[in-house]
Amino acid sequence: MTKKIRLAGCLIAFSLFSFNSFAQNFEEIMNRGEIRGNFQIDMQYYQEDSTIGAEDVPEKIRSNSFLNLIYTNGNFSTGVRYESYLTPLLGFPEGYEGNGIAYRYASFTKDKLSVTVGNFYEQFGNGLILRTYEERGLGYDNALDGIRIKYKPFKGVTLTGLTGKQRLFFDFGEGIVRGFDAEIYLNDVYGKLAESKTKILIGGSAVSKYQADQDSRFVLPENVAAMSGRINLTRGKINVNSEYAYKYNDPSADNGFIYKSGSAFFLQTSYSQKGLGIVLAAKRNDNFSFRSDRTEGLQNLLINYLPALTKQHTYNLLATLYPYATQLNGEVAFQGDLIYKFKKGTKLGGETGMDIQLNYSTANNLDTTSLNDELGARKGYKSELFGIGEVYFKDFNVQINKKFSKKVKGRFTYANIVYNGDVIEKPGEGMVYANIGVADVTYKFNIRNALRTEAQILVTEQDEGDWATLLFEYTYSPHWFFALLDQYNYGNSETDARVHYYNASFGYIDGGNRISLSYGRQRAGIFCVGGVCRVVPASNGLFLSVTSSF
Amino acid sequence: MFLRILISSLFIVNALSSEAQKNHIPSVEVQNLDGTTFNTGEIENDGKPIIINFWATWCSPCKRELNNIAEMYEDWVDETGVKLVAISIDDARNMGKVAPYVNGKAWEYEVYIDPNGDFKRALGVNNVPHTFLVNGNGEIVWQHNSYSEGDEYELFELVQKLIAGEDI
Repeated sequence: MTKKIRLAGCLIAFSLFSFNSFAQNFEEIMNRGEIRGNFQIDMQYYQEDSTIGAEDVPEKIRSNSFLNLIYTNGNFSTGVRYESYLTPLLGFPEGYEGNGIAYRYASFTKDKLSVTVGNFYEQFGNGLILRTYEERGLGYDNALDGIRIKYKPFKGVTLTGLTGKQRLFFDFGEGIVRGFDAEIYLNDVYGKLAESKTKILIGGSAVSKYQADQDSRFVLPENVAAMSGRINLTRGKINVNSEYAYKYNDPSADNGFIYKSGSAFFLQTSYSQKGLGIVLAAKRNDNFSFRSDRTEGLQNLLINYLPALTKQHTYNLLATLYPYATQLNGEVAFQGDLIYKFKKGTKLGGETGMDIQLNYSTANNLDTTSLNDELGARKGYKSELFGIGEVYFKDFNVQINKKFSKKVKGRFTYANIVYNGDVIEKPGEGMVYANIGVADVTYKFNIRNALRTEAQILVTEQDEGDWATLLFEYTYSPHWFFALLDQYNYGNSETDARVHYYNASFGYIDGGNRISLSYGRQRAGIFCVGGVCRVVPASNGLFLSVTSSF
Repeated sequence: MFLRILISSLFIVNALSSEAQKNHIPSVEVQNLDGTTFNTGEIENDGKPIIINFWATWCSPCKRELNNIAEMYEDWVDETGVKLVAISIDDARNMGKVAPYVNGKAWEYEVYIDPNGDFKRALGVNNVPHTFLVNGNGEIVWQHNSYSEGDEYELFELVQKLIAGEDI
């Protein structure tokens, strides 16, 4: 009896002991967990405004919002994003209307292997054959939903395999995407190169999509494969990054259901040293739209990413009137960029230094010959490898940064733009030739108070004629800003359309939180981030935006 | 015995309910300027504070902020040993311009590229510029979204506080 009691006592003591150590382990594990995320709501109250063509919005108020929540614990991570569009802001794809969990994933890393299930964003090389990404502010999100495995068998080698379906608003596209990528850093792999000053990174990838053929007119390839090879060379101040991609015939709504194969080439070289940077880039893409649903258009279900080789401007007349995005069916583009810093004490540098940035870019159609074989092989057209066709876009711009004194500094921009409206976002407009000048001057009253003034002018004979913008932005660091903006279409050939687009805004920033409120007119325009653009109609009203990171 | 259970359960409840620990820099793969991979879990500064700043070559306020800090950076480093890590979110369109810009402007920062927004997502960044301040123990103690002229002074005051061992 006593033995039994003693045994029972031992057992209890033992289990309590192990419970205690489990509890301590549990506690330790829980303590390693971290939660973070971010939130955003953009809400607009719309007013009808016939002067600028802002139509009545029946809901009066529309909003876009999302919350990301990510939990990480050591090598484990999981996250969700809830999104709500009731209803989407004007200019956003209407397909978003609704609420729901649009993103959820779990991932872990165990030694050399890491696995993600659920939604994920991935990019192979420069993205020529695969890039899934998000631009929340533009409503762009082509995340894959599926499985991704990354394996690093040894130092310098990364293998990635994935399969999934792409997001289309609150649904998925019907095509299945499979991809594989291998990236090798030769200096890590070959002992001989370990000490070399030349760093060489090579990579190769293959992506294939499957979509059943339900077309009554054509016999379509249900599996379409694309592959690419890339190299990134660095030696001291010089870097060369190049990629070539090939795609088997992929008849689609984009290319008019032709059976031609596609190709894409990307080259970016740079030289830089203290005070000097030079970039030269070239790109050619031919019949290279790649979507997981061949019937889709716009920004929907794109598997790949073809970067535009043009400068991404920020001043509003430059950025939203005539921006350029890659023409997926075919283009040849070049860009040169130079930045030079005049040292303090030199003739041009003066007492405070000065820097200058020059940029020139062009995009043209390919030089093509139609084969007129719609009823035959349907190869569509032939293109000359080194040929250059019609002008799509040209941009020459200069930017000078100059500090005049401790209180005053300025940034001056001149740009000359040629924009083929028929091809880009303004059909029927023909060629637009525009000259733009911007003076951006900041005056610092003291450490906390500053006033920034932007005066912009755009002169053109075409489209809507001349524009001017004046902006005053007063900031009280680190919490407050106030801004007044007026854009005036003073040169419009229709005198009725010579309208002022005034806007007043203020905001409060506290750490990771930012609240801003603005009232006024929003000009119709094209808003681009990265390679994605969307056309936003004119509107008038009150706009509230709250963002938070935690 | 009961006492022991009571104590250990109290201990657990206490541990679970006590104020959450501060977050650390998440481990995400970004790129060095030569295209090779770098894990952000390896960002460190010998127990001194670290500033992590998200920017892009197309973002004017970002460049204003980093150029303004660049003028004082040498003094900041001399005084506090702080290190600024600039994370460019430029994608394939502009990432080739990052190194020439950084060198052209003669920045002394440690620079990485996050071309597909993985690190940005992991830290819950909405828009650039966004700045994080990390203390000597690798804990994120402060963050700030956007940039206004003069914000760098507040940032440096916070760095000085960290060095002096004060709470933020």
